[in-house]
Amino acid sequence: MKDPTIKCVIWDLDNTIWDGTLLEDSSVSLKPRIVEVLEELDRRGILHSIASRNDHDEAMAKLQELGISDYFLYPEIRWDAKSLSVRRIQEHLNIAYDTLLFIDDQPFERDEVAASHEDVWCLDSRHYLDLPEEPRLKPKYITRDSEMRRRMYQSDIVRRQEEEEFVGPKESFLRKLDMVLEITEAQEEDLVRAEELTFRTNQLNATGRTYTVESLDSMRKDGRHKILVCGLTDKYGSYGKIGLAVLELEKDVWKLNLLLFSCRVMSAGVSSILLSLLRNAARDNGVRLTADFNDTGRNRMMRIAYMVAGFVEKQPQVNGVVLLENDLTDIPPAPDYCKTISKVSWST
Amino acid sequence: MEYIVREKIRSIIEDNLKIFDSDVEFSDDDHIFRQGFVDSLFAVKLLAFLEQEFDIKIGNEDLNIENFHSVNKIISFVESKK
Repeated sequence: MKDPTIKCVIWDLDNTIWDGTLLEDSSVSLKPRIVEVLEELDRRGILHSIASRNDHDEAMAKLQELGISDYFLYPEIRWDAKSLSVRRIQEHLNIAYDTLLFIDDQPFERDEVAASHEDVWCLDSRHYLDLPEEPRLKPKYITRDSEMRRRMYQSDIVRRQEEEEFVGPKESFLRKLDMVLEITEAQEEDLVRAEELTFRTNQLNATGRTYTVESLDSMRKDGRHKILVCGLTDKYGSYGKIGLAVLELEKDVWKLNLLLFSCRVMSAGVSSILLSLLRNAARDNGVRLTADFNDTGRNRMMRIAYMVAGFVEKQPQVNGVVLLENDLTDIPPAPDYCKTISKVSWST
Repeated sequence: MEYIVREKIRSIIEDNLKIFDSDVEFSDDDHIFRQGFVDSLFAVKLLAFLEQEFDIKIGNEDLNIENFHSVNKIISFVESKK
């Protein structure tokens, strides 16, 4: 099997990011062109973190002074074994070990990490200038969402901190977020992200179907489909494009061939809002509303989202696909914690 | 016995209420989803709780909101699966 694309690079500091040892000489200087490498990978949507044995405050101050502290998420600067730091970073980011790259100049540190995490790719830091050319660091998709990925994680860190500190019911917290959900028909510039979502999303994909840019583009133009894209922002920043629906329009019935959401927005209730919007639109247009569900063994959450929105089984399984239908009654009003802007034109 | 089941179900709903203006009351017949008391993430939690607590298996064919939309509905569903 092909080695998966790297999603996060974990850097050592002394003699890796900079020349010299900070504890011995506070005037360390950055490795030549290291900032270019950080910047280029960041632009591709690859995250950076740190596993360094150093004094935390001193090292963070140095990173700030050098103007690069903002690149790193969940930096682990402490006297622990680096394998533990790698594990904590993996837990924070919630991405698989085989998408992590650990870079260190010391063979001992690389071996220590490799011994605990055999799936982590461990690399000698003298190769740092080659990183942009490494196939595993060239993601298939580079979209606006990739460029924003680090900032989305950073706003998520602040958001979670405040949520943890917030005392009171969940809805009061949601209300303070000033969430805005925008639902649009996919434009050409959305298609790469839309394709990426269908390939990246497993648990929150109702049919597990994947679509290429070309197939999405032809559906977008054929007059028999609508490709809907959801974007979400709140006061901390943008979540990017986080939802996708492929709707097949027939004369008397609309069918959802695909409904998916990014895991980032699981708790925001976005699926209910989008499904209510579709139910209202179907009712207003005098058509039935159905949806395909394909049990992939991992996507039960989507079956439950359909259930909560009042979809029931209409036809038993055919080739593993269950047809659900909505009776278009009892459609709940949109929750008041989220402003919904729909730019979808339903007149056909 | 039924009393204990009822209390357990009421308490997981209460713990997950999205709104409580300190004294929102819901009856055993209230439609908890329609009234916006809970959302689909709660539904995921509720199903996992029912499967574990009452040692039942909830299949896709059971996933109809009719089975879960009030405390009384949930109780009869659990009884029917035992």
